Amino acid sequence: MPKVWDWDLAGQALPLLLQGFLVTLAATVVASVVAIILGLVLAMLRRTRFAAVRAPVRAFVEFVRSTPVMVQLFAVYVVFPGLSPFTIGVTVLGIHYATYMSEVYRAGIDGVPKGQWEAATALSLPRGRTWRAVILPQAVRNVLPALGNYVISMFKDTPFLAVITVHEMVFQATTFGGDHFKYLEVFTMAAAIFLIASYPTSLLVRRLEKRLGH
Amino acid sequence: MGSFLSQLSQSWGNIGSALVITVEGTIGGAILALVLAFVLGLMALSRFVVVRGVARTIIEFFRGTSLYVQLFWLYFALPVLGFKISSALLCAIIAFGLNFGAYGAEVVRGAINAVPRAQWEGAIALNMSPFQRMRLVILPQAWVAMIPPFNNLLIQLLKSTPLMSLVTIADLTFEAQQLRSATGQTAWSYLFLLVVYFILAYILTLLMNALESVAKARLGRGTGLRGIFRMRPADPTGKSLGAGLAGAGTEIEPVEAANLTSKTMGAGGPGGGGV
Repeated sequence: MPKVWDWDLAGQALPLLLQGFLVTLAATVVASVVAIILGLVLAMLRRTRFAAVRAPVRAFVEFVRSTPVMVQLFAVYVVFPGLSPFTIGVTVLGIHYATYMSEVYRAGIDGVPKGQWEAATALSLPRGRTWRAVILPQAVRNVLPALGNYVISMFKDTPFLAVITVHEMVFQATTFGGDHFKYLEVFTMAAAIFLIASYPTSLLVRRLEKRLGH
Repeated sequence: MGSFLSQLSQSWGNIGSALVITVEGTIGGAILALVLAFVLGLMALSRFVVVRGVARTIIEFFRGTSLYVQLFWLYFALPVLGFKISSALLCAIIAFGLNFGAYGAEVVRGAINAVPRAQWEGAIALNMSPFQRMRLVILPQAWVAMIPPFNNLLIQLLKSTPLMSLVTIADLTFEAQQLRSATGQTAWSYLFLLVVYFILAYILTLLMNALESVAKARLGRGTGLRGIFRMRPADPTGKSLGAGLAGAGTEIEPVEAANLTSKTMGAGGPGGGGV
């Protein structure tokens, strides 16, 4: 009977997986930056005075967050063949999560007490300053743990980038497994790496939550 | 556009059966996830540290590793260990059930914890057994709070079903790709696919909203059927998706404790009243 778990093969695959993991991390970081910035922009756009802006933004958010990110990736990938898979991957993942994060920001902005707005008006602060110096610092501080949760969730969604040939960890695992007709080692290790990376991060978010008094 | 539409009408039958597969994957996964969510969620509330530990380990494992990796592990790696799951669809349903069951367990636990203390005490004062207390007092109230986060998870599950096309299942995404290669109409094929998913998601949301109205009506609360057509609720905590740990789960709305019990117990019959 052949041995089930092959340590030699696992040893060969590990450097490849770690190399892929770096791409996974890079994708998570870039997509998070896109999502965090764009999410705020979407949240602000949904609060403007102009209904002609609010309605399409709302429709866009609802559509994007109700459809599969994997199909969105395919769609953008084949419609824009000139761009690199990594660029497309982080942009689409970032936009997808931006729609979620816009709801987070919205809750955070709604949670700033009315008195803060009134005080800003009483001090006759200009609109831009009110947002920058009064509202957003409080709103963002309150939603930091929620944003953290979404970043962790995004991290676990990066394998979707494999479908548009981004060489992240799961792509490497699939390729290696296919080359050697042995999937057990690579996918078990990939799962372990995900767990090792995401569990401590979620503990950190949890501590942040406690400190902010949620 | 024209060639796309004619091809679309030709392959209508294939798309219909692909739709059925996608719905089967979603509903099958959701049923398994619901069962697991209650089992794991209640285990996570157990008095016994061993039971809690087992539940927490399972929950954190399936929340901490990616669904993509779990599905591929079940499909590609498990047969090496000698367990071959008979069909790819079953494989996908099991992966969805395990992954979303773990998320759902946190929802169940959070919602039960959020039922006001006085409700537990009231049930004890009425001399209900732990089972009666759970079935007649706690769960009917917790259930209402579980539905919106469950709705979010259900849509999340639907949005994960394109993974099935990667393990050789002819689901909607797979058929759309066939349609695309048959017509060369890339943009239209994917737009069509996205719209179908959007419609499916909205139908599921309508059903869940209706379920929520019914559950609320049983508690003598709620607004009847007016709220049914609203969109899926936002999850401003990110917890139903992210990996926030214990205490995570759900945005619980404050439950108006006072007007609850009489109605609940009226509907469920007077539990263990006899002293």
